[in-house]
Amino acid sequence: MIDFTFTEEQEMFRKAAREFAETKVADKVPEMEETEKASDEVVKALGEAEMMALTIPEEYGGLGLGYTARLIALEEISKVSVATGMMLQIFALGIEPIIQFGSEEQKKKYLPALAKGELLASVAVTEATGGSDPTGIRTSYRKEGNDYILNGRKCFITNSHIADTITVLAKDEENPKAFNAFIVEKGMEGFKPTREEHKLGMRGCNTGELAFENCRIPSENLLGVEGKGMRVALAAIGDVGRGGMVGCALGLHAACLEASVKFANERILYGKPISNLQTIQNKLADMKIDLEAGRLLGYRATSMQDKGMRSSNEFAVAKYFTTEAAQKAAKMAVDIHGGYGCMEEYAVSRYLRDSFVLGPSAGTSDIMKVIIARWVLS
Amino acid sequence: MLKIVVCVKAVPDPKEAHKIKIDPATKILTRSDVPFVLNLVDKNAMEAALQLKEQLDAHITILSMGPPPADNIVKECLALGADQGFLLSDRAFGGADAYATAYTLAKGIEKIGPYDVVLCGMASSDGSTEWVGPEMATFLKIPVVTRVNEIVEYDGEWWKVKAGLENGYRLVRVKLPAVFTVTRDLNTPRSLTFSGIIKARKKEITQWGIDELAVPEESAGQKGSPTIISNLATIDSKRTVEIITGTREEKAEQLVQKLADTGLI
Ligand SMILES: Cc1cc2nc3c(=O)[nH]c(=O)nc-3n(C[C@H](O)[C@H](O)[C@H](O)COP(=O)(O)OP(=O)(O)OC[C@H]3O[C@@H](n4cnc5c(N)ncnc54)[C@H](O)[C@@H]3O)c2cc1C
Repeated sequence: MIDFTFTEEQEMFRKAAREFAETKVADKVPEMEETEKASDEVVKALGEAEMMALTIPEEYGGLGLGYTARLIALEEISKVSVATGMMLQIFALGIEPIIQFGSEEQKKKYLPALAKGELLASVAVTEATGGSDPTGIRTSYRKEGNDYILNGRKCFITNSHIADTITVLAKDEENPKAFNAFIVEKGMEGFKPTREEHKLGMRGCNTGELAFENCRIPSENLLGVEGKGMRVALAAIGDVGRGGMVGCALGLHAACLEASVKFANERILYGKPISNLQTIQNKLADMKIDLEAGRLLGYRATSMQDKGMRSSNEFAVAKYFTTEAAQKAAKMAVDIHGGYGCMEEYAVSRYLRDSFVLGPSAGTSDIMKVIIARWVLS
Repeated sequence: MLKIVVCVKAVPDPKEAHKIKIDPATKILTRSDVPFVLNLVDKNAMEAALQLKEQLDAHITILSMGPPPADNIVKECLALGADQGFLLSDRAFGGADAYATAYTLAKGIEKIGPYDVVLCGMASSDGSTEWVGPEMATFLKIPVVTRVNEIVEYDGEWWKVKAGLENGYRLVRVKLPAVFTVTRDLNTPRSLTFSGIIKARKKEITQWGIDELAVPEESAGQKGSPTIISNLATIDSKRTVEIITGTREEKAEQLVQKLADTGLI
């Protein structure tokens, strides 16, 4: 029998995450929007609230709660600030290769400090020559003694300027079919974050470029098997990366619906709240239907993931559906607000901008369809 | 070891208060689909207990009377850091007023065993009588201090607390065991944490009914409640709009006059 209900404990996780978002994140949103920077206080609070520890196994100082609990947390945080949800989502994506492929030494060295929130993580795959096609990347490595020498540039990297450890994918200088994933630490010689992006939405999360110029990386920092780095990166992106975007999308979608219901009940036209108008009700119902469907897709995928089942195809469906649905919901929310929806005083204007940034990360909707079609045809 | 009992109540979520309706015939609140949450000021009582536990060797017991779903809020207190929980739940406890509630809670406290301090919120957001604390103390035959907003001295048998009055405060020295009802000014309650929730997995909630408590049926629930509610009504708060016209000066003058007429200024 399939059980579609959350456990009492999961409901309590939701409550904890909601309280955290409402008390520690909400009042920092205007500042993040204004400065277009991640808030140090929010990053610190995320650590203190154990949000970085969720997916890290207990033996390495984490909570070992798995991916359903993580989705619950991301959903609640993103409802208040998608930018913060995004920062946390990429954090978990960045450390997943260490959890899945790291050596015992690497796990002991990094995971406890990451779990405490003392270190912030990220992942760097995308480059100007390779986003949807990660094999097109040009960042390269060559072996020199016991070290690797890394050269190249990465773009659109979340937490680029604030991360302490970054999982970086690079290509063998001599063999275009061989890739390695490395743990790069802030301050390593030859590595520096360069340009900071100004984004349409999710302004409160830091996105930027990284440059590697003869950056020397000790071989202890190689993740997984030499030459098999593409698998390391794609395994993490396939479920943790897509699952994280589902959390961001669901949170934003729920926020759009909540704001719309509130406005529709308060806005009086023709002597009555506009929530009495059938056209408005239709929009609200559409938003609710997609939210319910998206939740089912998302939590189905995480429950499979928690059971150790292969779930990347299910995540592709959930990621496609929820990010597209959140965009539609944001548009409807702005529409319901009339002229007010175009004003920055109303959160829905931010939701609309944020919703357009949900798409590309962890693979565009087109790429999700490519994956889903491959699944169907296989 | 300081043995603390914190009494907490599950109340309808104030955020969904608009869904609560009054049955015109029975004068009973219908709160069917409104979820239960921990009464707001009980969180301050809980926080006080946790702060005491951080500074002294203390053990925290949670006690609540309510329907079975109220075990949620007991669990929440365990996740916040309490050590054990008791839920007094029985059909016979239903419809209790402050008096019957205080009596049942007092029976629960006696059954739990020796205690030094009983903490509870000043009032519940749904009943708001402020009686349960003092009545419980009366049944337990121990002193009570109501509306505590600071625990000044707490090392030893005699405690000193600051308690609110309408136009000032009282400094009260009281010998334990005692009941304290607390206000929201006492502290800032902490939030739930994921690790606290995990730790609560191992903590137990014991449920007691009327038989376990050995409360006579005529003293429990509605039967044991002397309170008679003569009327209960929803306040209608309609807004009206009036447009004032004229020059700027005339409008200002009229506005001031109207505010003065209503007694607002
Ligand atoms: C806010 C934000 C944060 C990000 N954070 C990170 C990060 O932390 N780390 C990281 O490595 N990357 C990050 N990215 C990059 C993201 O992963 C890429 O943007 C994404 O993979 C798409 O790559 P691209 O931008 O190069 O687009 P392109 O790959 O150039 O795509 C251009 C267009 O072509 C379409 N297209 C491409 N291939 C196909 C195909 N086979 N079939 C049909 N259509 C196709 C795409 O859907 C798109 O419409 C982030 C992006 C954003 C916007």
